[in-house]
Amino acid sequence: MMSEKILYSYTGIFDTPDQIIHATEKAVEAGYTKYDVNTPYPLHGMDKAMKLKPSKLGYVALVFGLSGTLATILTIWWMSAIDYPIVIGGKPLFSFPAYVPIVFEVTVLSAAIMTVVSMLFFFFKLPNNSHPLHGTEYMKKVSADKYGISIQADDPKFNESSVKKFLESVHASEIIPIYWDEEEVNHKNKILEPKFIIFLLVVAVITSGVTYFSFNQLMYMVPFNWMMDQPKLSAQQQSPVFADGFGMRQPVAGTIARGDMIYQFTGQPDLAGVKLVNPIPISKESLQLGQVKFDIYCSPCHGYNADGASRLRGQFPNPPSLHSDKVRNWSDGRIFAVVTEGQNTMPSYSSQLSFDERWAVINYLRALQRALNAKESDVQ
Amino acid sequence: MSNSSIEYIKKELSPKVRTIGSALFVAGLIIVVLGYITDPVRSAYNNIVGLTFLISVGVGSLFLLTLEYVAGAVWSTPFRRVTEFLAANIYLIPLLAIPLLLNVNTIFQWTHPEPADKTLINKAPYLNVTFFIVRVALFWLIWLCFYFFISKNSVKQDTSRDQSLTKLNIKLSTIFIPLFAITISFAAIDWLMSLSPKWFSTIFGVYYFSGTVLAALAAGTIFIVLLNEKGYFVKGLSSNHYYSLGALLFAFTNFWAYIAFSQYLLIWYANLPEETTWFIVRWQGSWKIISIGLVFVHFLIPYFGLLSQPSKMNPKRLLWMSGWILFAHYYDLYWMTMPNFGKDGVVLGWIELGFPLLIAGLIMLVFNFKAKSQNLVSIGDPKLKRGIDFRL
Repeated sequence: MMSEKILYSYTGIFDTPDQIIHATEKAVEAGYTKYDVNTPYPLHGMDKAMKLKPSKLGYVALVFGLSGTLATILTIWWMSAIDYPIVIGGKPLFSFPAYVPIVFEVTVLSAAIMTVVSMLFFFFKLPNNSHPLHGTEYMKKVSADKYGISIQADDPKFNESSVKKFLESVHASEIIPIYWDEEEVNHKNKILEPKFIIFLLVVAVITSGVTYFSFNQLMYMVPFNWMMDQPKLSAQQQSPVFADGFGMRQPVAGTIARGDMIYQFTGQPDLAGVKLVNPIPISKESLQLGQVKFDIYCSPCHGYNADGASRLRGQFPNPPSLHSDKVRNWSDGRIFAVVTEGQNTMPSYSSQLSFDERWAVINYLRALQRALNAKESDVQ
Repeated sequence: MSNSSIEYIKKELSPKVRTIGSALFVAGLIIVVLGYITDPVRSAYNNIVGLTFLISVGVGSLFLLTLEYVAGAVWSTPFRRVTEFLAANIYLIPLLAIPLLLNVNTIFQWTHPEPADKTLINKAPYLNVTFFIVRVALFWLIWLCFYFFISKNSVKQDTSRDQSLTKLNIKLSTIFIPLFAITISFAAIDWLMSLSPKWFSTIFGVYYFSGTVLAALAAGTIFIVLLNEKGYFVKGLSSNHYYSLGALLFAFTNFWAYIAFSQYLLIWYANLPEETTWFIVRWQGSWKIISIGLVFVHFLIPYFGLLSQPSKMNPKRLLWMSGWILFAHYYDLYWMTMPNFGKDGVVLGWIELGFPLLIAGLIMLVFNFKAKSQNLVSIGDPKLKRGIDFRL
């Protein structure tokens, strides 16, 4: 019976780590190449005893890490500089420092994942889950408290009696021959069997079919679409109710928003200067509001002191000083007209500043003008 | 314990160490003195680079020493003395600090703020000459005290073989490490960041710390590799020990890059005028070359030089990379300091040569002096045997 079985290897079992390292060194000396050592935990010095070369896994990490780096740089560059260019924070479209954290993360991620994947599939040969040593008495011992060496029968130097003698010479406490299981001998690569491939195909079709159906069909069926079907109008939607078909309506002619006023002097700034009177009395609150609004909307061009020395000076035609005699002699209403309608390069600020705010800004501007051209009486 | 089985015969260092050390020291001293005579302001800025470099090596070594105790590391025990000898450079800090304290008004703008300069006036409670000198002295005393007692206990153990001394040192080290974190951050702020007193970066202390540990590790590695290759330590030190040194150097190279980039990225992104000034100065004229060079000198070259596993085990490679990293740290400090002096372009001449020579000489002389009176291996340390048997 035994002789019909095919020999896989001869194994020797040892009791101490020193013995197994010694035995391994001897096995290398004796010229065995197809052998393996099994221990319950990693042994210091075993790599050296087996004369193993440094693992190639590091190169996998390097190659995939660097390809992660490159792929990410290219992706972000294409997305933010070519396909959808948006200026963010005034930075150039391709601003590398901003990419570094992402590039770094993807480098680490791709190196880590690909190292593990290639370790499992390339170095450990993962889909293959059987080995002649599995389930043997030998494996039970070396995965508990013993140390073992297994010298394979396909080693060119293998010879039953000499291997036995060798294992005895290094004082193996037990010598066990390992035979192939019949199943493993007749083992075929089952991955390529038609049955298995058809099974995979069926699973793929069902999975993608169900996914497609549930996301693209089911969601639009009663009762799942109830939330979607609402009678109200959303922004930009059409409506058959109105003659022009627009869902969004203009306010009724003559409507005035709450707190707003109608400006009656469009195109007639001089008339405004005569007819408009500042309704806001000068108070601490009014001046403070005026200062806030002035610093936000006016100071970028006119400067914080209204003298035109602004932080944008030189980038477009310089605005004149607001301390000129012309402006100082203008009435509040005349300035109001400029703020409301704009003048020359200056645009209208009617959408940024409400009526009251415009008057507050004018009050503040008057304070600035007076500060620069103070009268004798102001000092007292 | 079983340390009796370890054979250690004390060998005298080669007289070359003393000769080269003295030669470097004298050459450096002459250049420094000439420099102070011809251009005192420029020399004072160089002096800051030199001083912070010496603090890096000395105090950084003390940190590594305490780290070994606190972490209970065994692999570094066989050559811990080298780190102890390097930490002795703490004694020399006043030597380089006193010329600076005499020149404090010429280099630090905050010593004489203009009355209209509200920012500096508001910072005056911290940035004033008296408090500055108090801090410098206090930090030095803290470092010195801890160095003195830890080193004393370690040396005492050589003869007494008393294991409780190790426990005592662990306690001292545990107290020292938080103190170190505070003192090294404030030292960085005082000596380097306050050169541009209106600029601030909250990560600056860590930035200097990362360079400090690198410099201390590199200086230690040079001595360890040279001495071990010539058999000054006990037998049995293997590539595993070298690998650990190389891995630490590699790790801190990355740590430095991480911190340096974090500092840059946040300032670049936010683009606030009061923060960007520091980098704008370093982006002007030929400083741009130095700034871009920093990425290569301090990160890319050491990174790829130490990336592979064999390169960390190869003594020759380790020696070269350590030397390079020491240079890189000096380069880094130069980049932090000198743009405050020469705002238009790179300042590089014979005056810049003085302090590196002086400090290299000083470190060698201190090492030689310490090696004369003390063992190169802490033969009484209970962790020594395990340290020699250390395998990855």
